Amino acid sequence: MTDVTLSSARPVAAKRPGGASIGPRWTNALFVAPYMVFYVLLLVYPLFKGIWMSLLQSDMFDDTSKFSGLANYYRLFNDKVFIGTVWNTVLFVVMTVPVFVVIGLLLALALNRSDRTAAALRAIFFGTSVLSVTIVTIIWKMMYMPGNGAIASVMRYFGLDPIAFTTTASLALPAIAITTIWWIIGLPMMLFLAALQQIPGELYEAAALDNASRARSFWSITLPSIRRTMLVVVIYEIVAQFQLFGQAQLLTQGGPNNASRPIVQFIYEQGFRSWNLGYAAAASEILFVIMAVAALAQFFASRKRVEE
Amino acid sequence: MAASEHIVGRGIGNKLILFTVILVAVFWMLPIAWTLLLSFKPNSELMISTASAFQPPYTLKNYTDIFQSSGVFRWLWNSAVVSVGVTAGILILSSLAGYGFARAEFKGRDVIFILVLLGLAVPEQAVIIARHQIFSDLKMHNTYPAIILPGLSSAFGVFLMTQYFKAIPKDIDEAAMLDNASRFKIFWKVLLPLTIPAQATLGIFSFLGAWNDYLWPLISATKPEMFTITVGMASTQTNFAQSEGLGFLMAQAIFAGLPVFIVYLFFQKYIVRAVAGAAIN
Repeated sequence: MTDVTLSSARPVAAKRPGGASIGPRWTNALFVAPYMVFYVLLLVYPLFKGIWMSLLQSDMFDDTSKFSGLANYYRLFNDKVFIGTVWNTVLFVVMTVPVFVVIGLLLALALNRSDRTAAALRAIFFGTSVLSVTIVTIIWKMMYMPGNGAIASVMRYFGLDPIAFTTTASLALPAIAITTIWWIIGLPMMLFLAALQQIPGELYEAAALDNASRARSFWSITLPSIRRTMLVVVIYEIVAQFQLFGQAQLLTQGGPNNASRPIVQFIYEQGFRSWNLGYAAAASEILFVIMAVAALAQFFASRKRVEE
Repeated sequence: MAASEHIVGRGIGNKLILFTVILVAVFWMLPIAWTLLLSFKPNSELMISTASAFQPPYTLKNYTDIFQSSGVFRWLWNSAVVSVGVTAGILILSSLAGYGFARAEFKGRDVIFILVLLGLAVPEQAVIIARHQIFSDLKMHNTYPAIILPGLSSAFGVFLMTQYFKAIPKDIDEAAMLDNASRFKIFWKVLLPLTIPAQATLGIFSFLGAWNDYLWPLISATKPEMFTITVGMASTQTNFAQSEGLGFLMAQAIFAGLPVFIVYLFFQKYIVRAVAGAAIN
């Protein structure tokens, strides 16, 4: 098939009736049309509808709503609970993203080998990522439970008083963070592994000939080579962890006293528990903006560093 | 693979690292092992203390109870319908659109493609309130289409398939064009079979994503008979503190985790390759 010389035959083919023509044709749009229907109706339209809804004040009683400008946003900025959820979410991102990067990279470095042991270990660390959030939280409730939990039992065994992780204000968010890291550390590990395998082996061999230490070849070969992946992991994790919801909702219900309530849980509860749709929509727009700003800031910061 | 393997004198260091990682891996598995162990214990014993977990008696009653009473099977069925629906929909739409954006020119195509790429940046949470409203207006909540359709608007598959179609040498379809084949026939008979590795990748990702999706099914499916397994397992957790039925809950968690775990074991190679591929692109 590939042996056919095409360059000379191309113009003829384009004119031939019945068959496909090579140039632009409106019927070609039919290939992308089915997807575009879904894209427009369920992504673009809801995006703008959401912005519009955030400007409305809905009335629960007669099911109507009227335009209220930025009132919802103004109310959000004065809502202590909402500000608290923003703070919790940012804190959660700060707690988890560096761990994902550092531990993910360390695991990748240690398991970047082709033997069976390494393959089995990779499977273990990645395997938890395929579980759903609801199974993960059941498992971790059994770890954290103050009375019957595994950690409490171990502490009691060593004569210590068990700690109620999920109901202590200062520990609730870290407990969610640990669960989250256990759950999805495999993804950054895999991304780093893929990047490590792209580094040409000769670089390390040359370094070894120069008697470079392990640490030195890490800083001057490995790290510069995986800089792009590092950026991908950081931005991906920032965006992903800002969306914290299920773990918090199921492990701590956002408590105690809102200490671990994230933004998405606020949106969910305002929108679908209290039915303040306009208010919830406004909160979701703020989340969108925060995520975009955090990801862009990281992108530009690292680009600047690369250029220097 | 790593060149450091060949370097003499680093054997002990490597062994030490491996040993540490194995130790960490054992800790990593403890929560699941603990859950598994408890799932075989009688509820009455666990109500008093979980400390008895390491001594008999063990029982299969928690598992047989799943078969008799709970809604788990209905939820598994719902999850299967939803996940297959989402996966099939994404594969069909993304393949068609991927071919279109990579090969079939029409006016304004490149602008539309950029707009689709921008869609990748929109998180679900930014559209979820409005989506809920749309399906409310259509009176469609608590139906399969309502749970399935939003997933089909994701731009990820389109992006992936477009990249894949672009990487196929143009000679292949141009040769087919000389044979007077129609665009669709070329797509269907010549190019689509070449994209099977990408279909596998996208299929697995879509299936796992739909199976584990929590937020949207939680909002859309409010009747217990329409819960997916993920949402159903959340609903059983609410009165967790009273440890009545603890072993049963653990058995449910293990049982509900099995399908994805089997998928993972079977397709591990593809999943790893898919993640790796996504990283390099």
